[in-house]
Amino acid sequence: MTPRQRRIVLVVGILAGVSLAGALALRAFQDNVMFFFDPTQVASGEAPTGERFRLGGMVRPGTVDRHSGTLDMDFVVTDFKHDVKVKYSGVVPDLFRENQGVVAHGRLGADGVFVADEILAKHDENYMAPEVARSIKDKHGGVMPVDPDPGRAARQGAGPAASPAPAPATRF
Amino acid sequence: MDWTWFHRLASPPHVYRIAGTLTPWFAWPAGLLIVAALYGGLVLAPPDYQQGDGFRIIYVHAPSAWLSLMIYSTMATAAAIGLIWRMKVAHAAAASCAAVGAWFTVVSLVTGMLWGKPMWGTYWVWDPRLTAQLILLFLYLGYMGLRAGIEDTARADKASAVLAIVGIVNVPIIRFSVEWWNSIHQAPSVMKMDRPSMPADMLVPLLMMLVGFTLYFVAVLLVRLRAEILRRERASSWVREAATA
Repeated sequence: MTPRQRRIVLVVGILAGVSLAGALALRAFQDNVMFFFDPTQVASGEAPTGERFRLGGMVRPGTVDRHSGTLDMDFVVTDFKHDVKVKYSGVVPDLFRENQGVVAHGRLGADGVFVADEILAKHDENYMAPEVARSIKDKHGGVMPVDPDPGRAARQGAGPAASPAPAPATRF
Repeated sequence: MDWTWFHRLASPPHVYRIAGTLTPWFAWPAGLLIVAALYGGLVLAPPDYQQGDGFRIIYVHAPSAWLSLMIYSTMATAAAIGLIWRMKVAHAAAASCAAVGAWFTVVSLVTGMLWGKPMWGTYWVWDPRLTAQLILLFLYLGYMGLRAGIEDTARADKASAVLAIVGIVNVPIIRFSVEWWNSIHQAPSVMKMDRPSMPADMLVPLLMMLVGFTLYFVAVLLVRLRAEILRRERASSWVREAATA
């Protein structure tokens, strides 16, 4: 082996070693890397229900209930398979709305209600002009088909069409 | 295959010369594209149906983030070439990449935070995508710090090249973080297998900006590479001749 070939082997070896170490480390810390848990993970007991965690999903349309005169509100977070009821008191970000992604940070109570002290909106990757959004809305009778999280569908190997739940939609 | 062109790239005076010739061919198109893309993105493109005009920060944020990854890959590739073929010019190119990449990383982080506050409701969360991008900044800074800490250029080249190659694993982690894990950051709108999730009047300025930023990076890299070559070759006869001529 020439010195140059030895150096090529060295560089490839470094790359392989570091990639393997990185992959193992990320696998080991899988739960800690997850930014939030979805309602299905909560239902199956994967979420750390004994402590504070983040719950992520879509705001189920028609469930947002703002208590007048206060900042209190409750709504249902869904992944179109399972639902979790969320209680929150405070100001929500601009993009918080029905059928949009949301990440709530808080604690799951014994009654199954998630008490959040922080609400973040999760934006999807779709961009369009307001007129276009309006015309799509008209065509679909007030409901707009938007995939809430195509990455997740790809991860699970099933698109929204294959899931038993109705196709997620944005209403506005 | 004729490898003469590759071997000539090992010659500092040759690279110094062609870098000087090529610079305006990248700098001018970069400037024109960025100005045109700013007009297209900030004036011609419609506001977003949900974010309004706030979405327009994407015209700086996404190209910067893309460049931060592209520059790191360039840097690691140049470092590996320098290590394997003992090519000093490749090490010089890798060293010239670092500061530019670090700045693009800073821009992507800052613009992301400014957008995150009104849209997500927070400047910063320890999300996989955001955290990995911050680690990228630390990799750049570590690379520059390591180089600055070793006085002997040849030793600095070798040590920093290993760091650059080790750090490359972070690049796919950043790219795929939003697909591998639950993340607050949205999935890619443009750099994906499917059709872009954006109409043409928003997309075209974004792609122009992307090309413009890339050409800008190449132009800056060529200028920095020339400076780096001069610094390294300051004792050689061709630099002395060029300086006195």
